[in-house]
Amino acid sequence: MDQKQRSSFTYPPRNNSPKESFNPNYDYPQFNSQNRTESPYTPSQFFNSQAREWDPHALLSNLSFLEQKIHQMQNIVREMIRTNEGQNCNTSELTAQRQLLTTDLTSTIIQLISTAGSFLPTIRTSLLSGNAPIPQLGSSILSASSAPSPSAYQPNPSPDYEELTKGWGENVVESAGQIQIEDLDVKEGEDVGQDGDTLPIGSYEVLQLEKEEILAPHTHFCTICGKGFKRDANLRMHMRGHGDEYKSPAALAKPAREPGSQPIPVKRYSCPFVGCKRNKEHKNFQPLKTLLCVKNHYKRSHCEKSYTCSRCNTKKFSVLADLKTHEKHCGRDKWLCSCGTTFSRKDKLFGHVALFQGHTPALPSDEVKGKNEEINDKDDSGGVGYNDGDEYLDMKGGYFSPMVNFDSFSFEGLDEFSRTTFDPTENSFSFLRSGSPDFARKDPGN
Amino acid sequence: MEMETRMKKRIRVEANTEPSESPFEVLSEEILFLILDLLDSNPLDKKSFSLVSRSFFAVEARHRRSLTPLRPELLPFVLSRYNSISHLNLTLCPYLSDASLSSIASLLGPSLRSINLSGSRSYSHRGIESLANKCFNLEEIDVSNGVELTDEAAAAIGRMSKVERVRMGRCKKVTDLGIGCIAVCCPNLKLLCLKGCVGVTDLGVALIAVKCRKLRSLDVSFTMITKKCLPAIAQLPNLEELCMTGCLGINDKALVTLKQGFKSLQALDMSNCQNISQASVSSILQKNPSLHHLNLSYCSPVNSMLSGLHGVFKLNSIKLDGCHVSTDGLKSLANSCISLKELNLSKCSGVTDEGISVIVAKHKDLVKLDATCCRYITDLSLAAITSSCASLVSLSMESCTKVTCEGFRLIGRHCPKLEELNLTDTDLDDEGLTSLSQCQNLTSLKIGICLKITDEGLIQIGRSCPHLQELDLYRSIGITDKGVSEIARGCSNLETICMSYCTSISDESLKCLSNCARLNTLEIRGCSLVSSVGISAIAARCCNLSKLDIKKCYEINDAAMLSFARFSHNLRQINLSYCSVTDVGVSALASISCLQVVTMLHLSGMSADGLAAALLMWGSLMKVKLHVSFKPFISPVLINRVESRGCMFQWLNKPFQVQLESSEVWKQQSHDIFVE
Repeated sequence: MDQKQRSSFTYPPRNNSPKESFNPNYDYPQFNSQNRTESPYTPSQFFNSQAREWDPHALLSNLSFLEQKIHQMQNIVREMIRTNEGQNCNTSELTAQRQLLTTDLTSTIIQLISTAGSFLPTIRTSLLSGNAPIPQLGSSILSASSAPSPSAYQPNPSPDYEELTKGWGENVVESAGQIQIEDLDVKEGEDVGQDGDTLPIGSYEVLQLEKEEILAPHTHFCTICGKGFKRDANLRMHMRGHGDEYKSPAALAKPAREPGSQPIPVKRYSCPFVGCKRNKEHKNFQPLKTLLCVKNHYKRSHCEKSYTCSRCNTKKFSVLADLKTHEKHCGRDKWLCSCGTTFSRKDKLFGHVALFQGHTPALPSDEVKGKNEEINDKDDSGGVGYNDGDEYLDMKGGYFSPMVNFDSFSFEGLDEFSRTTFDPTENSFSFLRSGSPDFARKDPGN
Repeated sequence: MEMETRMKKRIRVEANTEPSESPFEVLSEEILFLILDLLDSNPLDKKSFSLVSRSFFAVEARHRRSLTPLRPELLPFVLSRYNSISHLNLTLCPYLSDASLSSIASLLGPSLRSINLSGSRSYSHRGIESLANKCFNLEEIDVSNGVELTDEAAAAIGRMSKVERVRMGRCKKVTDLGIGCIAVCCPNLKLLCLKGCVGVTDLGVALIAVKCRKLRSLDVSFTMITKKCLPAIAQLPNLEELCMTGCLGINDKALVTLKQGFKSLQALDMSNCQNISQASVSSILQKNPSLHHLNLSYCSPVNSMLSGLHGVFKLNSIKLDGCHVSTDGLKSLANSCISLKELNLSKCSGVTDEGISVIVAKHKDLVKLDATCCRYITDLSLAAITSSCASLVSLSMESCTKVTCEGFRLIGRHCPKLEELNLTDTDLDDEGLTSLSQCQNLTSLKIGICLKITDEGLIQIGRSCPHLQELDLYRSIGITDKGVSEIARGCSNLETICMSYCTSISDESLKCLSNCARLNTLEIRGCSLVSSVGISAIAARCCNLSKLDIKKCYEINDAAMLSFARFSHNLRQINLSYCSVTDVGVSALASISCLQVVTMLHLSGMSADGLAAALLMWGSLMKVKLHVSFKPFISPVLINRVESRGCMFQWLNKPFQVQLESSEVWKQQSHDIFVE
């Protein structure tokens, strides 16, 4: 694995070994569901029989199935050689055979990968050291089948992993003949904003990852123990534990680009889901900008929404971060219309109200309660001297405030209080506490 | 008043005869209604009318449509007498509880058409709800200054389905939700004022524009609106008046990119929009050639307004106060407008004689010109103005210091229609004033800080301007009793006079002024010769007196206060700082039933206890300014109580300052500030 060969591999960008680009920890249920829809010819019981726990019987049956499949393909190839030698080649027959071969190859590889995937986590170390790298396997099959895929986007003609997977995808669809390529207007959300700078077509390199790779929780794996990491830096830190040779500054440093190598072309990513606007086969293809975009896009658009909000129990998300964002405001900012519809955003509510006749924005009901309490507090704060206010209120039929007492006061009352309060030894306003009930009951008529 | 005296005479006659043969009983209700229709000028006339007889009393009660009560506690009695009131103005009732409002609602019910609550506090959305439930014919409601009102209140207004005019300025707690309720439920809305509703954003305003298609007048001043709601507003088919004062979110981009709309707009106020410039102005004008009134005051501190304006506009009035206006700008304005009637250039920098000349040469129909503080204009401008604008009615040239006596003589000679003239802080002298007396239609004359004028000129004004209603002599220190008495004799319609710091004024002037029965505003601040004798004469004879400033009239004492308490039942506002008033005088003032705004600083004889007693019984008080030193002596309980009645306290900490500066020194100081 020299550096150059590695750089030709598209995923992951800084991979240590091609065999690690294959993810052994992919999500089985999702994988199954995808396969069921995309390649219906695959015997479904084959995948259904897979259990979450590794089962040696299942592995054995899978391997024997694969063996059978390879034998079938050998027969087909032999047939093809014979017809070629006979010189009376029927072109249509030949094409049909090629197609059959390609589909078979594809399904075989997929099954091989999934079988290995169920097996690998259990005995990772021994397997990794003993197994042949899968891309090599893939390329050998590809050369044997002598059916090179069209490389429209790829300037590098060398058969690489990405090329290979693309070929599978196409052929699967063609042979299945059941899935139509259509404009799937998939809602992109944040992804749209992320590749706002529209590069002219052809000025960038388009890479397409397989869905297993996209869904892999880890992209960097330890060559010694097989442990996976999300970041290369974390892997490098991990490697220190495997011996002193990994502790040198050179080993710990970020792998620098070779000074002599050509400038790396701008990379854009394609979604592996055929028919998606983000797939490079789409006529209005919009590439994804980063690996993170690819991951989030694929999960949001083409995967099951497995994270459910625990608060509202209705909203579902396929990206954990989306769920967390939702949970921050779930149940709080409820904008309510009089028709009962709720909105998460105020402008949405106003758009709704503007559209329909007679719908009004509804006010949150707790506001009313708060206001009432406030007013009661205010009324009580009048002070000790005004406790007889309630009495007065009843007399007036409840319409007017107890303050009438004071408003209609005149000079005689004042004189009385002047006498008591002008005494400098006393607290000037003692009367307000002691005398004011009397004060208030005075006849206001004078 | 004539009617009143006549009626009183008849009452006396009536007392001698049998009541059944009263001549008044002969008059039918229709005739009495017709008489009452003519009695609108003075409220006291109606009072006299209702005192004639029982039937007159009843007829007056049935006839009355609008009411401005002073005391909310008397409302049940008043409203049971006047039960067909359709316009209720409650601005003088600062304390108005929800209970009062629900009582009003149940007493007036469907007859109420309009209610004004802008001066009141302490009511909440529940009061408005009771109005909405019972007064279903309500067309107009003003809840301005209801700073505590919430969306609930706005929703309650929304329940008044017939409402056409809603004013809710400074309702800071109202948000888009409340506005949304009004927008959806009041399709007949014609006027909406959201001035200073800081909780309202583009969403609410845009919804209003979408739902209330009959809207004619919209005021969104001092809100947070941006360009997002402008397209919706622009599509309103009937919008005639739009006020966007102080909307900092509106900028050039918002206005220039606006494609179409405002087709019916006639008046646009964009004053204090700091982020707009000349580009917006031309785009607005080009899109709305039918615009009549445009206000761009204080818009751009740096940019030159109007330069590069081209097109033909029907503008009648344009206000450019505080903008930088160049001569070129005025030229293009002159060329692009058909006929300007009103031009405000107050505090505009860059206005020159040339600019003024160009404008007035083109627009000879100019009725109103405000050139306050255009300090570079000279007699040349005045020559141009007076020679072309013969129909000028209002002219303001305050602080145009380069204009000389020659210019003022031109005004007197060529502007016979002049009604309002402001020559404050100019070089006006007696000769100019004598010439101005040729403007016999003058109703308002402001000649404050004209240190050169004396009695001689003022006597001429008094003799030849009988319609004068407002006279300002602030710090015109050459004036003495002689001139003022001539004014009092000649101008019997005088309503407002300011003689502050005219230190030669004495009781004699006030005695003469007491002949002006319509006097309602008197300012004699710093006239230290005036005593209680003079002011009592005013109190006794000018029963309309509502605003009084007697600060630093040291000779005025309790005697004057007692006469106010006795005679001045219409006194609303008084400043008696530095007067020799004691607790007795303050208590006397407190008994005036409608005195609402009081400033009492440095009263020599007022004690804390006296103040407390006065505050306690001062039911009508809305705003009181007191020295901060009193604060610790007034019980917080009392302050709370008074505040809950709707009164605001303002505790000032001004130092005690007896010495008056001479007016020359004062003027020099004010000019020094300008030079800096």
